[in-house]
Amino acid sequence: MDINYTAILPEIMLSLVGICIMLLIPFVPRERQTHLGYLALAGIVLAFFGVAMGWGQTDLAFSEMIFQDDFGQFSKIFFLFVSTVILLISMNYLEQEKLFQGEFFVLLLFATVGMLFMATSADLIMTFLGLEVLSISTYILAGFKERERKSSEAAWKYFLLGAFSTAFLLYGIAFVYGATGSTKYLQIAEAIQASPDYSLILFVGLGLMMVGFGFKVALAPFHAWTPDVYEGAPIPITALLAVASKGAALLALVRILYQVFPDLSQQWQAILWPMAVMTMAIGNIAALTQSNIKRMLAYSSIAHAGYLLVGLTAHNPLATQGILFYLVAYAFMTLGALIVVQIVGRREEQHTTIEDYNGIGYRYPFLGIALSVFLISLAGIPATAGFMGKLFVFSAAVQSQMYGLVVIALVTSAIGLYYYLRVIVSMYMGEFKTEKIPITISMPLRIILTLLVLGTLYLGILPGSLLNLAEEAASF
Amino acid sequence: MVDITHYLVLSTIVFSIGVVGVLTRRNVIIILMSIELMLNSVNLNLVAFSDQLQDPSGQVFAIFVITVAAAEAAVGLGIIIALFRNKETVNVDEIDLMRG
Repeated sequence: MDINYTAILPEIMLSLVGICIMLLIPFVPRERQTHLGYLALAGIVLAFFGVAMGWGQTDLAFSEMIFQDDFGQFSKIFFLFVSTVILLISMNYLEQEKLFQGEFFVLLLFATVGMLFMATSADLIMTFLGLEVLSISTYILAGFKERERKSSEAAWKYFLLGAFSTAFLLYGIAFVYGATGSTKYLQIAEAIQASPDYSLILFVGLGLMMVGFGFKVALAPFHAWTPDVYEGAPIPITALLAVASKGAALLALVRILYQVFPDLSQQWQAILWPMAVMTMAIGNIAALTQSNIKRMLAYSSIAHAGYLLVGLTAHNPLATQGILFYLVAYAFMTLGALIVVQIVGRREEQHTTIEDYNGIGYRYPFLGIALSVFLISLAGIPATAGFMGKLFVFSAAVQSQMYGLVVIALVTSAIGLYYYLRVIVSMYMGEFKTEKIPITISMPLRIILTLLVLGTLYLGILPGSLLNLAEEAASF
Repeated sequence: MVDITHYLVLSTIVFSIGVVGVLTRRNVIIILMSIELMLNSVNLNLVAFSDQLQDPSGQVFAIFVITVAAAEAAVGLGIIIALFRNKETVNVDEIDLMRG
């Protein structure tokens, strides 16, 4: 029995700070609860130190429940980074919308704990628990504007389909456990390798698990909840769902497919191939007709999940590297775009249609340039992070000789150009309407946006440093 | 002698009832109950496999599933209450502010 606390140090830090904040909430008056946000920020910083303390170590801790490896460390840094950004933008948002603050920060920290566990788990029990800690926190966060019908409706839809898909995932896990006699990743892989005549139960289990993960990553045909939930949820939570929740489920899926079922790759590739095609096609085509920018970005996030799936289907070391790179690039541009949406939305998110962006480019040059960079990057135009990400993911697919898939991916991303450029066109060519409430950009948001713009351009021009990190992390 | 197949068939039936319940029922409370039914069929499976394999981790897993299902039901009911306060209905067809 080996207990290695450094393997879960970040999770311990986040949980402890979360519990502390929960205890402090009744003693801090509501108008001063922003301070609890700084405490949560301190918790995330402590978690960064926790990751740093275990940097470079490899271990299988807690009787083979937790991996401590480069892939895990990379994912932890990624999720902590995303949580930091979301925490900072939500502090502004919560004050403006007069929502409960302390509870929000606690749930955000707990959701982060769930993500970290999903990315490092070495046991299906742990994966399930991580997924549920993340999901249950985000169900509540999606409905956080409790007086607004849209938000409650989003929470209900997310909860219903989330719980439904969890049941499928669990049913699959139970079958895999029955077929292989273990819930531990490495032992399942050994059992599959040892007996090449696979039983039906194993295939059913794998298929049901893919359904469960398909819902969480929002892959077609399990994507139907995404636009409604992204539209109804508060904007910081839309960002959390689009980047972190999707990323956590995807990284857990990478580990499961590449580490647990590498011997069944032909079978799962046959499932993933059509799913990738459908996800890219549906995401990009449905986004064309959207008038609400949150909904448009929801469909765009479905399309991007499809591109990531192209990498996942390729199944080679370059693919893992490409997925990790793409995920970071995707986080930069999606977070950035949603922050602009939050700023332009103003009080109660009144201005979220694409017409509301008419003429903003000249009136507010900073917002115009920032949103243009993010949208160009999402469209995958060279010299941006999005282009480099697509390049790496698609070249991994070419390496595995999946030319058909790459051609479809290129065609669908060309379709995607239209709806991203439409927003830029209306920003610079639309006629500006005089507004009742002027747009204000607070200093922290301005700094975050600047950093995200610079990051998007930096990764697009000099991708080497992140690529090297991803390469190290890609070796399981 | 009751062997593993019997348990698997039973759990498949229970799971299917749950799936059909979620897809066809319009009352949110009954949908919630159907999801519980699905989760409990998973427990049945896990415990049956655990017995067959003589391996305790399946039973441990079942206890975790029960715990998480309780937390999930609590949050689900909370969301239903929030929904009911905003719009006095428990019918999913009337929860249609956003259509995708």
